Amino acid sequence: MDYEIVIGLEIHVQLLTQSKMFCGCSTRFGAPPNTQTCPVCLGLPGSLPVINRRAVELGLRAALALNCTVHPTSQFHRKNYYYPDLPKNYQISQYQYLEHPPLATDGYLDIEVDGQRRRVRIRRVHLEEDTGRLVHPPEGAVSWVDYNRSGVPLMEIVTYPDLRSPLEARAFLLKLRQVLQYAEVSTGRMEEGTLRCDANVSLRRPGEPLGIRTEVKNMNSIRSVERALAYEVARQREVLERGGAVVQETRHWDERRGITFASRSKEEAEDYRYFPEPDLVPVEVTPEWLEEVRRTLPELPDARRDRIMAQYGLGRYDAELLVQTRATADFFEAAVAAHPSPKAIANWMVGDLAAYLNEHNLEIEQLRITPGQLAELVRLVEDGTISGRIAKDVLVEVLETGDSPRRIVDRRGWVQIADEGALRETVEAVIRDHPEPVRDVQAGKEKAIAFLVGQVMRRTQGRANPALVQRLLRERLGLPPQG
Amino acid sequence: MKELVGRPYHELRPRLGKDFSVRELVDAYLENIERLDGQVRAYLTVTADRARAQAQELDDRLARREPLPPLAGMPVAVKDNLCTRGVRTTCGSRILEPFVPPYDATAVQRLREAGAVLLGKTNLDEFAMGSSTENSGFFSTRNPWRLDHVPGGSSGGSAAAVAAGEALAALGSDTGGSIRQPASLCGVVGLKPTYGRVSRYGLVAFASSLDQIGPLSLDVRDCALVLQAISGHDPHDSTSVDLPVPDVVASLEAGVRGLRVGVPVEFFGEGLHPGVRQAVLEAVRVLEGLGARVEEVALPTLEYALPTYYLIACAEASSNLARYDGVAYGYRSPGAHDLYTLYARTRAEGFGPEVKRRIMLGTFALSEGYYEGFYKKAQQVRTLVRRDFDRCFQRVDVLATPTSPVAGFRLGERTADPLQMYLADVYTIPVNLAGLPGISVPCGFVDGLPVGLQLVGRPFEEATVLRVAYAYEQATEWHRHRCPLLRG
Repeated sequence: MDYEIVIGLEIHVQLLTQSKMFCGCSTRFGAPPNTQTCPVCLGLPGSLPVINRRAVELGLRAALALNCTVHPTSQFHRKNYYYPDLPKNYQISQYQYLEHPPLATDGYLDIEVDGQRRRVRIRRVHLEEDTGRLVHPPEGAVSWVDYNRSGVPLMEIVTYPDLRSPLEARAFLLKLRQVLQYAEVSTGRMEEGTLRCDANVSLRRPGEPLGIRTEVKNMNSIRSVERALAYEVARQREVLERGGAVVQETRHWDERRGITFASRSKEEAEDYRYFPEPDLVPVEVTPEWLEEVRRTLPELPDARRDRIMAQYGLGRYDAELLVQTRATADFFEAAVAAHPSPKAIANWMVGDLAAYLNEHNLEIEQLRITPGQLAELVRLVEDGTISGRIAKDVLVEVLETGDSPRRIVDRRGWVQIADEGALRETVEAVIRDHPEPVRDVQAGKEKAIAFLVGQVMRRTQGRANPALVQRLLRERLGLPPQG
Repeated sequence: MKELVGRPYHELRPRLGKDFSVRELVDAYLENIERLDGQVRAYLTVTADRARAQAQELDDRLARREPLPPLAGMPVAVKDNLCTRGVRTTCGSRILEPFVPPYDATAVQRLREAGAVLLGKTNLDEFAMGSSTENSGFFSTRNPWRLDHVPGGSSGGSAAAVAAGEALAALGSDTGGSIRQPASLCGVVGLKPTYGRVSRYGLVAFASSLDQIGPLSLDVRDCALVLQAISGHDPHDSTSVDLPVPDVVASLEAGVRGLRVGVPVEFFGEGLHPGVRQAVLEAVRVLEGLGARVEEVALPTLEYALPTYYLIACAEASSNLARYDGVAYGYRSPGAHDLYTLYARTRAEGFGPEVKRRIMLGTFALSEGYYEGFYKKAQQVRTLVRRDFDRCFQRVDVLATPTSPVAGFRLGERTADPLQMYLADVYTIPVNLAGLPGISVPCGFVDGLPVGLQLVGRPFEEATVLRVAYAYEQATEWHRHRCPLLRG
């Protein structure tokens, strides 16, 4: 009997606030070291923290989006440990005491893997402050501390050990990121460190109690979480199959070598001596405040996907792609509002537009095309002004210049030739120049007509209306009208 | 201008700019510091130049006939655990010896905005941990009444400065009695406001849930004037309460007729010096004579207050003092080549024995497996203490007790026995646990040493406490006594 994989995730999310968790310093990334600091985030003697209300609000948005129970009163705690990036040598965080709960507990997020829907339970959502950053110059025996990040608001999301494969962990992170982006809580980018993930993983025989787990750290993309977990699962399986025992430890993922390794420092039993932070009063979340947050929460991805399927008659696959990011879904609905051809617009978006984004590694909000311009492009095809073939070129030019499709078509003279007189001459010329295919057609090999159509299109640089060309050719060669 | 020293501010204020200038007043105090502080040793830092410059500025404003703020020209001292921008703030500790804060504590800023002139920073028990100022990392302060006696603590420097005429008033901090007990031992007035009344921003934390800043002064009116200036909500301190601050000066003279004064029997039991007992009970009779109704009340949790306090205060301190690690500021042990050694040596060399003792006690109380039995239990008992007071205040308006069980003790007398030292605060500690306002006013002498009467009120009823203290003071002469050193 094979092992069952058991994975739980701890995710740290940087909140989209202007200022830090407990002081007014800016959270802007990339400023020169120690230029965004004050007595509070430097932990100077006598300084006191004051809770950033906006950070609590973002925490509430996330808690609601993750279907959590929000506690009317929650408490901050001190987590005591020594490290030079932690100026007070305690981190203000929230701990799971029954009498002092964190911001929110007991939620869930549904994911889909291989068409199977799975519910992953959320243990808690809490707020805390980030640490500073140590800088170790390659030469010399000194280290520097940059406190710009010290006190930046973080939200920690802890799942139950409900994930059963590295693939599910990946699906969960993708879904979580999507939800957090929708709720405008965080940019959720692992590559930039605004979303960080540690994973607890263990193996067991089905039905048996949980096995010994290891904690895997240092993964900096969703892809590397999946790879690290796959490695760690294989490693533990091998240990167990050899008859060995998994050691409870923290292991670091080495992206380059593709392995996890045990942290050098001997694992000490850490005692953080949590106790309620006496410098802060409890966070009171009134029902009115919570209702206000709920009211301003946007439609979340699952609901939006279902609505888009129902409202515009799209398939699940397309709808799923369209709600991938809130900006994509907004783009789609804005384009449909300008020109109600949802299917055509969806096709362009999941086709050419998505390909362009991929190729150039861009987000939809970085594109020069507006929803109105895509709508216009679709309209030009539908009213016969341009062919679908030409439309692809027009799109590229819109993406590159930001110009309107109509103006591009006019400037380039790409208006479709729908003038029978003009086309008839080209048709005559093609028949004259290609006697072989003409004979084939007249001998009953109707398929050869496609070649002749193609020749006409070529001679008109794609501007001919293909349906018209087809009709004219058939008339001229004495075939019955198509269909 | 020597006659200016030792007179309360409210007497001097009407004469300011007429009989003497701010500069003359400040100079008189600086000269007295020069004359006496070699013996008293109240100050860690004297900021004479800054004080003279500030005095000059105020005199210029006087000359331009600008209206002056309420404490204009008041020469004040500030306990050295309150941050002063540009002025070294040591907390009486070697570990902060080189620390110069880039900001002012809110109370210090408000005092300056009210026109007070900072003379310097006063000595204290290291990180305010102690009751005699003997735990200072630098030197011991003397009681100006008798130089071989302690001034009390931890705000011993502030109390001694006021008593010796080295400051007209001072700020102290009170975590378990650190304003009231030295006020009692030095024969001055000292008030601990309700927790939340005065912003703690810039007060270097000892025990965050107990610490409170308050004034020490020559009499109750000056005390009220200073309190008025420093009180009120501060957006930088979430635990400072957003309540309107009543005019505590205007209500001073309302009298005590009909007011109910409770005498908690537990505060007059074993351990109380008979002379102190007699002085305090006599003071209660004076209040009765002024029309107050006196009755006995019970505070049965008193006996648990001391252990409860030491668990909570040490637990919070163990975390509050973790930041002194030699990394970003303050003392750093030379020659440490790895992180652990840097931490260990810096703290071993920077902290004194009492601070280390409390950090260890507090670390233990918060440790896994002990939290429930110690820290959490202490919080539960704290709630019971609070309820005891609530019950009393349903029947009475203020409580009258001794501030300290003894009038005083000699330097070195209790340093060998921490428990004896801890008992010095047995009557003041419960007031901090309950977060209530408490004042100590002079009420007599035992063997030539001053005795203090403690009056305790309901939360945010500083006005009532001050009013009772004022009525008592006006009916007696104790507050007019000055120590022989100052008279000589």
